Amino acid sequence: MRGRCAGEELNVPGTVDPLITNLTVFVLAIVVGYHVVWNVTPALHTPLMSVTNAISSVILISAIVAAGSKPLDVGTILGVIAVALVAINTFGGFLVTERMLEMFKKKAPGEKRR
Amino acid sequence: MLSPNQVALLHLAASVLFILALKGLSHPLSARLGNRLGVAGMTLAVLTTLVITERVGLTVGALLVGGAVGWVVARRVQMTEMPELVAAMHSLVGLAAVLIAIAVVHTPAAFGVPDPIPVGNRAELFIGTFVGAMTFSGSVIAFGKLAGLGRLLRIFSSAPVVFRGQHLVNLTLVGVMAWAGIAFCISGAAEHWPPFIAMTAVAFLLGVLAIIPIGGADMPVVISMLNSYSGWAASGIGFSLNNPLLIVAGALVGSSGAILSYIMCKGMNRSLFSVILGGFGTAEGTTGAVAPKAVKSGSPEDVAFLLSNAESVIIIPGYGLAVARAQHAVKAMAQKLMAKGVTVRYAVHPVAGRMPGHMNVLLAEADVPYDQVLEMDEINNDFGATDVAFVLGANDVVNPLAEQPGTPIYGMPILHAHKARSVIVNKRSMASGYAGIDNPLFYMDKTMMVFGDAKKVVEEVVRAII
Repeated sequence: MRGRCAGEELNVPGTVDPLITNLTVFVLAIVVGYHVVWNVTPALHTPLMSVTNAISSVILISAIVAAGSKPLDVGTILGVIAVALVAINTFGGFLVTERMLEMFKKKAPGEKRR
Repeated sequence: MLSPNQVALLHLAASVLFILALKGLSHPLSARLGNRLGVAGMTLAVLTTLVITERVGLTVGALLVGGAVGWVVARRVQMTEMPELVAAMHSLVGLAAVLIAIAVVHTPAAFGVPDPIPVGNRAELFIGTFVGAMTFSGSVIAFGKLAGLGRLLRIFSSAPVVFRGQHLVNLTLVGVMAWAGIAFCISGAAEHWPPFIAMTAVAFLLGVLAIIPIGGADMPVVISMLNSYSGWAASGIGFSLNNPLLIVAGALVGSSGAILSYIMCKGMNRSLFSVILGGFGTAEGTTGAVAPKAVKSGSPEDVAFLLSNAESVIIIPGYGLAVARAQHAVKAMAQKLMAKGVTVRYAVHPVAGRMPGHMNVLLAEADVPYDQVLEMDEINNDFGATDVAFVLGANDVVNPLAEQPGTPIYGMPILHAHKARSVIVNKRSMASGYAGIDNPLFYMDKTMMVFGDAKKVVEEVVRAII
């Protein structure tokens, strides 16, 4: 979270560049994502889009860090704006997904209409 | 106060919850639990971050303002407007990524990035920013196209907007952006703003230019592509801030969007490349091949008669059904038919509508049980043994020309409506579909056309079924 610490910057023998660590995480996450998403039933592709939308709004945490940055300046203000914008996704994305998923029901035959 | 290690471990838990959220979507029954796990992951991520930052009051205030907007929108939005909503939300992720990147360039120390920013982080910031900027402006255009704002502003036209030398302009701009990006990476702390601003501005412009030439019916691909981009933008920011949670979440979203784009392209038998180049269905119209022939047209009463006397009916919904908001009327019709002992099922083509899964959501909204709604591969072999195929506002996805070599849509997988014993097609007019080619299905002896708005027609059919 807090970025590169001093040891990593000095390129001490035996330490790995954070880029490589990040790349490891990135590639593994793509592999996991690939397998998980192919298993999503096509009927739920719209909820898949809205929930991934909500998940990508996790950049909210960086926006929060920006909004809390020490000297109150342009960076802070941009952070606050970003928090407000992405929060629309975070709340809206999960909520609209929930709304859609509530509708996907299997009904007993002969049940009354609406 | 949490130590950086504790924060990282909690973020790991959040990453796992996000993966489980997507896994839940493998079945409608587990999907809601999945969504809640996603909410849990997000809550965990946000709370741990709030604990370690300053100015929590202001942040929570902004969070609540945005959250309230999101809440109201999510509650009010119509299911037919879902593509627009998704496009709008993609744009927000893109814009936020750009804002965060600017904040990082402005005060790197606040994010734990060394000041001056090392070249590696700059390159990652460059990628995160341009992908974010393109996601933003591209999604705004996609939103305009989907919301039908073409009448207000031509760039929002759902028809492809093309001009001479378009690809050359785009290529030049890509070059300019890359050049500015490289200049930003190698510039000193003092003079890095001009190339950064230039790069961001060009990326915004490129986002617009990339989406305007893509026509309305290619929207399922575009919207999946933008979904993917919004994920990569988040990953890019994660790389530059060394934040594994952002990297994981972004990669999940990115691969999900990429897979959806692939599925949508396959559903249209087009390469992603040709969709991106755009302009489909405008220039090379090979319409002349079929001479104007007589069609058999019928009234809603005829439809009601045909349907009531059938043993099995397959309804094929298309974009026309979404436009007319006819899903509730269709459900009422199916209900009445089923009460008479008719077997009614629905066949959904992968690219029916304007986004992946569009038709499934509309039918679910109308309370159609999901086990009556079948995918193309599940139902295509059953058409031969079906009495009536009822096509509602779909065209290209049931065009038998797709099975004839040499036609422009040859190779596109279609629903085999033409194999049913009789076919009813509801359309507003005889205008050709998105692909701009005629549909021989309409001229078959066993086909009856019923013209008019899908909702009105189906409502009349419901009244006419005794």
